[in-house]
Amino acid sequence: MAGTTAAPTAPPVIQGHDLAAEFGGRTIFQHLNFNVRRGEIFVILGGSGCGKSTLLKQLIGLLPPSAGQAEVLGQDIHALAAAPRRALLQRIGVMFQSGALFGSQTLAENVMVPLEEHTRLPAAARRLLARAKLGLVGLSDAADRLPAEISGGMAKRAGIARAMALDPEILFLDEPSAGLDPITSAELDALIRQLARDLGTTFVVVTHELASILAIGDRCIMLDKDAQGMIAEGDPRDLRDNSTHPTVRAFFRREAK
Amino acid sequence: MQITPEAGGLRLSFAGALATAEVATLWAEATTRARGANPLRLDLTKLESLDSAGAVLLLQLETLAAKTEWLAPSATVQAMLARTRAALAAPQPAAPPPPLPTLGQIGQAVMHGGDGIITRLAFLGEIVVSTLGVLRVPRRFRFRELLRHLDEAGLGAFGLTVLLGVLLGMILAYQSSAPMRRFGAESFIPNLVGISLLRELGPLMAAVILAGRTGSSYAAEIGTMVVNEEVDALRVMGIDPAAWLVLPRVLGAMLVMPILALLLDLSGLLGMGLVMDTLGFPPSSVQAALERSLRMKDLIGGLFKAAIFGITIGLIGCRAGLAAGRGPRAVGDAATSAVVGGIVATVILDGIFAVLFHRAGW
Repeated sequence: MAGTTAAPTAPPVIQGHDLAAEFGGRTIFQHLNFNVRRGEIFVILGGSGCGKSTLLKQLIGLLPPSAGQAEVLGQDIHALAAAPRRALLQRIGVMFQSGALFGSQTLAENVMVPLEEHTRLPAAARRLLARAKLGLVGLSDAADRLPAEISGGMAKRAGIARAMALDPEILFLDEPSAGLDPITSAELDALIRQLARDLGTTFVVVTHELASILAIGDRCIMLDKDAQGMIAEGDPRDLRDNSTHPTVRAFFRREAK
Repeated sequence: MQITPEAGGLRLSFAGALATAEVATLWAEATTRARGANPLRLDLTKLESLDSAGAVLLLQLETLAAKTEWLAPSATVQAMLARTRAALAAPQPAAPPPPLPTLGQIGQAVMHGGDGIITRLAFLGEIVVSTLGVLRVPRRFRFRELLRHLDEAGLGAFGLTVLLGVLLGMILAYQSSAPMRRFGAESFIPNLVGISLLRELGPLMAAVILAGRTGSSYAAEIGTMVVNEEVDALRVMGIDPAAWLVLPRVLGAMLVMPILALLLDLSGLLGMGLVMDTLGFPPSSVQAALERSLRMKDLIGGLFKAAIFGITIGLIGCRAGLAAGRGPRAVGDAATSAVVGGIVATVILDGIFAVLFHRAGW
C-alpha cells in the first residue's frame, strides 16, 4: 500500500548530483544521481556499511560530499552562506536515530527549543504549539518527562515531534524502526504515513527494515557497498517482485548472498 | 488581521496565509481582544492557508471567547483545525502531587539521609568482604590494573604537584614574612612553613589534587561503565565489581597519596627556601632552622593521614560511579559528587586527626 499519491510531475525538492563520499581514501559511494519529489516518502535503503547514513548527513548539511552537489529545496546546502543556510535549515527537520533529545530538558521543552530559537512566538503560544506537536505523535501525557524516563519508541516519536516543530517541508528520519519491537515499529510506520498524508510533508527515510520499507515507501533507492553506489531505484514493491539484480533480490527476500 | 466590533461581540477577519511569523505579531493583540467576546466571529472567508502555529492561535481564541462562530473556513483550513484540535485535546500529564508540608519535608529529608547512610555502610561492608576474599585468593587481584592507576594517579600528577608545592611554599613564606618582621621573627619562617606543610598543608593539598584529578575520573569511568551495563555484565559473569573495579583503584589511591604529600612537602620547602634566600637567609641557615624545628613524627603523621585520605577519596569516587543513574547528566553528577564528597570527607577526617594526634601527644 502506497503511503501517499505523489504526482510524478511534481518538481523535485531534493536533487543529488553525482554525489560521492570517501573516508581516508576509501570510496563509500560515487556517481549518485537521484531526485526526491514533493510529498512522497522516499526511502534510502541498503545493507550495513553501504553509506545510507553518510548520504543522509550530506543531504542535511552535516557532512560535505567529497564530490557532487546536494540540492535541497533548490539550493546547494553546502555552498550557502551562513544566513541563507540557517533559513534553509528551518525548512527541514531531522529525527536522529535514537531521538537525540536534549537529556536535561523535558519532552515539551525539547519541542520548544526550535520555537524559542527561530520564532518570535510568545511563551503561551510556544507551549500550546509544543502540546499540539506532542499530541500529533501521541505523546501528550508524557510532555513533562525527561528523555531518560521514556522508552526508545517514545524517544523516536518525540524526536519526530521536535523535528516537526517549525512545520518543515522535508522531514528526514534516520532509522525510524531500528531497535523497536514489531508493534511499536508498525505504529511508527502508521504515524509516518498519516503525517505524510495529512501535512503533505516530504519524507526522506533511511532504513534497512524490510517491513517498514514496504509499508511506507513510495519510492526508494538502494545503495550497495560492493557496487559503491546505487544499484536500484523505484517502487519498493515493484523491486521486490521484479528486480533481477542478485543483491536486490537477496535483500528483499532476506536471503544470504 | 482585521478587527471589527459588532453588536455584542467582535469579528476577526483573516486573509491570505496565517503562518508562524504573522502569528508571532498577532498573538498578543488577538488573545487580549478575544477574551470573553460574546460572540467571537472568526471570519476565515479569505484565509487561504495556515500552519500549525496559525491553527493553535485560532483554537486558543476559541478557548478564550465565551462563544465562537466560525465563518466559512475552507476544507484544508478545516482539516488543519480538526487535526490540531484533536492533538491539543489528548490527555495531558497529571499535575505533580502537591509539595509536602514543612514537617513532611523534614521527615522526608531525614528518611533520605538515613537511606544514604545505610547504602554507604552497605558499600563499605561490600568492599571489606571483597578485600577479605581477595586476601584469601590473591590471584583475583588485578595487579596490572593497579599499575595503571598508580601511573595515572601518581606519575600523571607529578608536574602539577611540584608546581603547586613550590608556589604554596613561596606564598606561605612571603605572606608570613610581613607580620613576622614586625616581631623580628623572620628567622622562624622556616619553622612555621615547615610544620604547616608537613602536618597539614601537604596532605590536604595532595588530597585536593587527588580528588580533582583521580576521584572524578574514577567516578566518570565507573559511571560510564554502569550506563553501558558493563557493571551488570561483570555481575552476570560472576565477577565481583567491588573486587574487580574498586580494590585496584582504592589501593592505588592509598599508595599514591603519601608520595604526592611528600612531593608537596619537599617542593613547598624548596619554594620557601627560595623566598628566604631573597630575604637574606642563606639555604644553610634555613636548613639548620628546619632541622631544629621539624621532628620525624610530623612527617610520618602527615604521610599516614595522606594514605587515609587516599583510601577515602578512592572509595568515594568509586561509590559515586557505581551509584550513577541513567541519562546524560548521570556521569557528570557522579564526578561532581566524587570531588565534593572527597574534599569534604578529607577536611572532616583532618579535624578528627587533629584531635587524635593531640591526645596521642604527637
